[in-house]
Amino acid sequence: MSGAPGDEIIGIKSRDAAEGKRGWRLRPRGVFRAVVIGVPYLWLVALFLVPFLIVVKISLSQVVVAMPPYQPTFGDVASWWAGLKQLSLENYRWIAGDDLYFDAYVLSLAIAAGATLLTLLIAYPLAYGIAKASPAWRTTLVMLVILPFWTSFLIRVYAWIAILKPEGLFNQLLLFLGVIDQPLVILNTPVAIFIGIVYSYLPFMTLPIYASLERMDHSLTEAAADLGSPPLKSFWTITFPLSLPGVVAGCFLVFIPATGEFVIPDLLGGSRTLMIGKTVWLEFFTNRDWPVASAVAVVLVALLVVPIALFQRQQARAG
Amino acid sequence: MTWRLSKFNVVSMVFGFTFLYLPILLLVIYSFNASRLVTVWAGFSTVWYRELWNNRGLLDAAWVTLKVGLLSATIATVLGTMAAIALSRYKRFHGRTLMTGMVYAPLVMPEVITGLSLLLLFVALDLNRGFVTVTLAHISFTMCFVTVVVQSRLTSFDRSLEDAAMDLGATPTVTFFKVTLPLIWPAVAAGWMLAFTLSIDDLVIASFTTGPGATTLPMKIYSQVRLGVTPEINAVCTILIAIVSTGVVIAALINKRRLVREARNERMAAMG
Repeated sequence: MSGAPGDEIIGIKSRDAAEGKRGWRLRPRGVFRAVVIGVPYLWLVALFLVPFLIVVKISLSQVVVAMPPYQPTFGDVASWWAGLKQLSLENYRWIAGDDLYFDAYVLSLAIAAGATLLTLLIAYPLAYGIAKASPAWRTTLVMLVILPFWTSFLIRVYAWIAILKPEGLFNQLLLFLGVIDQPLVILNTPVAIFIGIVYSYLPFMTLPIYASLERMDHSLTEAAADLGSPPLKSFWTITFPLSLPGVVAGCFLVFIPATGEFVIPDLLGGSRTLMIGKTVWLEFFTNRDWPVASAVAVVLVALLVVPIALFQRQQARAG
Repeated sequence: MTWRLSKFNVVSMVFGFTFLYLPILLLVIYSFNASRLVTVWAGFSTVWYRELWNNRGLLDAAWVTLKVGLLSATIATVLGTMAAIALSRYKRFHGRTLMTGMVYAPLVMPEVITGLSLLLLFVALDLNRGFVTVTLAHISFTMCFVTVVVQSRLTSFDRSLEDAAMDLGATPTVTFFKVTLPLIWPAVAAGWMLAFTLSIDDLVIASFTTGPGATTLPMKIYSQVRLGVTPEINAVCTILIAIVSTGVVIAALINKRRLVREARNERMAAMG
């Protein structure tokens, strides 16, 4: 630690003023502060921000049959200007000109939105039930919601293949019960994608809703009941509005990743239901067209930038 | 306040938990199926578990996954905890908004985009893809989860202890190791576990950023799943589920005991 004792006292004062009451009382330019802010900051810039800028750059360059399979647009400083002139919107024109991409974007957003709503419909009653259970039970129930989240995503999606396929367990059950006499085709349809998303993302929706319900002041609903409000009315006018922050957080946590989901549509959705996450994967691994894959990814981020920004604002306010 | 559950509450919980657990349960049950056909029950058998020991490729992949997971989770926990302290203890510094953005965006960023962007970085840097690159990638995407877990603990605990330590002349570094870290370690440990499970679970980012010789277990499982459901995969999955569940349950029990002890201490302090 550097600096004279005198600086330290001045430092504490000025920092108190600058960072308000909640700030930590440290010297403004302490080594600890510099390390704690600087190291993760640089890491995130180098391995989150810069990579994304590279994606944008490559989305503006031309494909070549080589390794790496794109025309390097920025070389050394001398060829910088030449490289800049080579940038083109060709890949974006290509995406705009092919209905395949447009359909994949629309389908992804629609499936993500529908699945988010379905997840909410299952998660809310579940979270509500847990919040109403006795405190001793609550810890166990919350753990039961979290536990599947810790087990592999891939495994949980895989588990549904054996259930949903035509000769699978679900069809066997329905045939046995006599509900159907022909196996239903569920695997490799959008229905299977919905089931997969709802199943995989259920904890992400349940936990924030539970957190906001648990924090709620129960005297409010009790007061409403004492004043003669029917339970359902109390729920819609008091409980639900108070749990909205949890609902909103849960919806973002499901909708945003689900839009770009790859594993679920790939394993459960079959080849005919093309979502955008899978399109990026195919362009990259199968077609080896890195510039187009990058352009598809950039457009996806552009579509998600508003929900991501709203999510961040909400988290920053809560945290 | 009475804790009475309505019929609706019970039904919705039973439905929710059945939905969450039935598929996993079926997967575990069918890993002990004697038949190669995964949907026809032909008696109990552990033949698929024995087969696993002879599957060299699968064991190698498991070893790679474990190494990547342990290394990346540890570094991600250090970086993530630093970021959590930066965001919760320092309210003003240059680029705080950008840092907040870079911490929260990866939480929801579709994996294909994270994977693609990291791969393009590694190619631009001319790094050979393999163990190192996949570990770097996992550190980057898991550290943000650590930050969120640790940050929620940092904002909820009594800060007067830190203030007291520093008023008595402790440097921030000493204060952190002597006061803050002992108080937040359960969150740090939870963050590590989360980072570790996210790492050993990851398929998409690993597929983009790894290279020959560093195939991870999820990649191996994925390539076999594409060919169809087999009892061997059920057995691998069951082992993974067993390991993770045991870890989580033990962690929860330790945490519960700690909470009970703390509650007791508080009660005694209140009485004394």
